[in-house]
Parts: sequence; C-alpha cells; structure tokens
Amino acid sequence: MENMNYETVIGLEVHVQLKTRTKIFCGCPVGWGGEPNTRVCPVCLGLPGVLPVLNRKVLELAVRAGLALNCEVSGFSKFDRKNYFYPDLPKAYQISQYDNPLSGPGWIDIQTEGGKKRIGITRAHLEEDAGKLVHFEKEGYSGVDYNRTGIPLLEIVSDPDFRFPREAYEYLKTIRTVMRYIEVSDCDMEKGSFRCDANVSLRPTGEKELGVKVEIKNMNSFKAVERALAYEVKRQGELLAVGRPVVQETRLYNADLQKTFSMRSKEETHDYRYFPDPDLVPVILEKEWVEEIRSSLPELPGPRSERFREQYGLPEYDAGVLTAERPLADYFEAAAAHTSNYKALSNWVMVELLGKLNDSDSTVEESPISPEQLAGLLSLIEKGAISGKIGKQVFAEMFAGGKDPEVIVEEKGLLQISDEGELDKIVEQVISENPGSVADFRGGKEKAIGFLVGQVMKITQGKANPGLVNQLLRRKLT
Amino acid sequence: MMEKKITLSDVEKVARLARLGISPKDKENFERQLNNILLYMEKLDELDTGDCEPLAHVLPLKNVLREDRVREGLGQDEALKNAPEKKDGFFIVPPVIK
Repeated sequence: MENMNYETVIGLEVHVQLKTRTKIFCGCPVGWGGEPNTRVCPVCLGLPGVLPVLNRKVLELAVRAGLALNCEVSGFSKFDRKNYFYPDLPKAYQISQYDNPLSGPGWIDIQTEGGKKRIGITRAHLEEDAGKLVHFEKEGYSGVDYNRTGIPLLEIVSDPDFRFPREAYEYLKTIRTVMRYIEVSDCDMEKGSFRCDANVSLRPTGEKELGVKVEIKNMNSFKAVERALAYEVKRQGELLAVGRPVVQETRLYNADLQKTFSMRSKEETHDYRYFPDPDLVPVILEKEWVEEIRSSLPELPGPRSERFREQYGLPEYDAGVLTAERPLADYFEAAAAHTSNYKALSNWVMVELLGKLNDSDSTVEESPISPEQLAGLLSLIEKGAISGKIGKQVFAEMFAGGKDPEVIVEEKGLLQISDEGELDKIVEQVISENPGSVADFRGGKEKAIGFLVGQVMKITQGKANPGLVNQLLRRKLT
Repeated sequence: MMEKKITLSDVEKVARLARLGISPKDKENFERQLNNILLYMEKLDELDTGDCEPLAHVLPLKNVLREDRVREGLGQDEALKNAPEKKDGFFIVPPVIK
C-alpha cells in the first residue's frame, strides 16, 4: 500500500496531571487507587450550594508548564463550563477553559531523524478530571468512583505539525521529560497522570486544506500511540486509495489487536454549550509573579543536552541519555566537577551506574555511590592505580557497601602491580609455560601476545598493569 | 409580526440537550416564552457598548485562590448517603456501554 501522494497530518492533545497535594477546586487529597469515594467532598461531588475555589499551587504549576513550553502566559484567563451528561461527571459539566486559556501559543523542539523540528503549541489550559467508571457486567450496571473527580489537569494542545507517527512519539517523550524537569507532573502513563489523544487526517501532498480528521483515544503507552497512529494512517490511506471517504469520528485503539475501532456511540455531534462559570472569578496574572516563576525554572533538557555536548564534548547520544532525567543530569555534573575525563565518566554512568540502578530497581537519588566517589574511582583508573577491569570490581563493591573506592582498593589489595621487578618474574613464568603462543608470536602472529598478556592478568588476578606487561613481553620476545 | 428567534426545532434541541421530555403543548408554550425573553433582552441593543470590555464576571473580584492544603472530606458512608443505589462503595448507575 503506497501513500506517496498523501501527506499525514497529526495533532496531539496531552493531559498532564499537575503534582499537587489537593484537587483543583477543593481540599480533597489527590491519590491513586484505594477505596472508591473516599477522597470526595461536597465540592467535587457537585452537591448543591457549594463553591469551587482555585488551588494556588495549580496556578503556579500551570504557569511553570506554560513558560517551559515557550507559551504566552496570558494576563487574563477565566474558567468555563463544558456541558454534557455522563455519570463520571457529577455536576453534568466539567470546569475547563474555553476562549481564555491560561497559556497561549508556544513551541517545543523535538529530535527527529532529520534533525531538530519545532512543534507549535496551540494552547495549554486548566481543567478538572472526571470520575472513574467500573462496569459490573454480570449484574448489568455500572459503578462510579469520584476520587479522581477534580484532580487538576493541564491540557496541552499541539498544532497539527506531525507528519509521521514517530514524530508524535518523540514529542510525547519530550513533553514528559520537560514536565518532570520542572517538577510539574510525574507523567506516569500507567497511573493516568499522562494521557494522550490524537487527531489524524490525510491530505493530498501540496494541499493546504486539512482532510477529514479522526480522533483517536485509548492509547495507553507511548508505543501504543505510535502504533495506533501508524495503523490509522494506513487505514485512511487505503480508504482514499479506492476513492472512499474518511468519516469524521472518534475511534478507540485496541492494543491487543493493534487496530482502531469506531466508537459509533454518538448519534449527534457534541454541543458542549460552553459558558463562563459564574462560580469562579477571573485569573489575572501579575507580571512580576510570572517573571518570578520564569526565573525559578531550571535549565530545560533541550538546552542542557546541547550544553553537555559542548561543555563536556559528549556525543549526541550520551548527552540525550544523561539529560533525559534531571537527577541523572545533576549526578553527572556533580561528578564531572571532580574529573576531566568526561567521556569515561559518561560511560560509567550510562553503563555501570544505570545498569546497577536498574537491576536493583532504584533511582539515581538512591544511588549508594555518590558522584564524588564515582569521580574518585575514575581518577584511580586514570592514575593507573587500578585497571579498568578491577575498576568494575571496585564499582560493584562500592555499590554494595557505599565505601570509598580508595578504601576498597586498600582493603582488598587491588592496587595495580606496576613494579617491573615483580611483574618480570610472572612474565618469565608465562613465557616458559606457553611455548606454543610464544612461537606463534615470534612467527608473526601479533594476536598471540594478547593471550600471553591475558595469562599474566590471570595469575595476578587482574592486578597487573596491562600496558607494562605488554611492554615486558615484547622486550623479552623480540 | 416580529421575526421568530426560536423555532420549535430549537426548543426540541434544547430539551434534548437537557434530557427533558416535554409535551407538544409545552413545546409551543416554551417557543413563545423563549421568543419573548429574547425580544425583551433586545432592549440592551439600544445601548452603545462599543467602549466596554466584555465582562467575564459580575463581581469585581479576581484571583480568589486557596492554599494547597488538605481539608477533611465526607468519607465514603457520608458521600454515598443520598445515593439511590450503591454497592461496594460505588454509586450505582445504569450500565454505561464501554
């Protein structure tokens, strides 16, 4: 199936749960799981006569997010009611923002195969989450849990700037990284604190006007988003290829079947009848406060990754991995302050440290090895006090017990043997025990010396200075 | 005869959106009443509002905020007290097709 003459247009709506203690308009705690209807109050249950009041922290986090997305953070903003009937919405309306969102147009750069690409952000607005429905199929009814009702969400709407499903995937990763950096959200898709819907349409290449768009929902992982989009692009392309129309509709992604299916439930298009919520007064942000928040933002992952490449001379891949999470980037920089071998440090952090942390299911913050200790280990290797191989052994000991590398080397007697006299005896022994390899080397087989070095390392339990052993062997054999 | 602002089909649409079932007689009643309300409101058109900012709220208030502090809620029993049907801590509603 060829889609050569069609261009894919994708836009994404991302819902990010803001990291607060309490809900957006009431003092109920925000949580996950637990008994149903235990984190509810008259406000989030929509009981008559109650008044919602905006959570200050929500506003602050939303402004942080808006600024990090390079948005115009609006001076004037208000809340509106989005009206529809569904049991997960006890008030029969959702408090959202319609024509005066908190954050206006902005942008974010993503990495694509063709290099950096700028994605437009249409808007980012605040809204409350809805409740959760549970279906009792045998009994023939549904149950509602309102614990989630009123949890603060920031909806980030992108411009229709994606041309490939992969770009949408990269965008989601970037948004998540940024939101975690600025400590606005945990962005945990499994726990629903990061959700994504997509709009997909195709249009003839070169055409300005957008084609009929289909909304895709129910994508529960980044991979699922990419797969659902790829499927949908293919589906629409096949329809258009045989001259059949694409129907404007909402489709749900089924991750098991890796297909999208029409929801087919709406007999008419939604008419949300937005109007300003009279229970909430407008928000007018003061410039000084916004600037105060702007100045409190940390260096963002994009610029930080670029700086890592310049300042530490790291490859793009390393810089990307090291700056993907703020604590890891902080760790690297703390260690980098004590060494100048940045690429070696990067390798140790990415391979050894991340490997061990992964195995023990712990975070960088929980690392038993401090950045200074890791830098200390590197300098032992650099000085030649221990070999790289012994370094790994020391690293394992450090990870297990939190001791300084110098102490471990001392206690275990791991100091590299760089004493010629001492090594000389062992080299002689290896030469006399391996006449075959000796003959091979003398016969011109360069590789044979590797085996002989290996034998010396084995006898010394890895402590011999491999460079020196090599030198001694060559001197004796030529 | 003044131009009709609200037609019978508008009334039907609004009723459907509000999930209200209304009799044919009421439909005509509401059509007339809603038209009268809109006609009455047209009086406002006589005012020149060219220099007025659109009003988002009638109260001269802004930025009413609360601190991010937990307040005790209702608890499950209390929350479910008025529910016509409940089970295992859930509000029970007619089946929602997934």
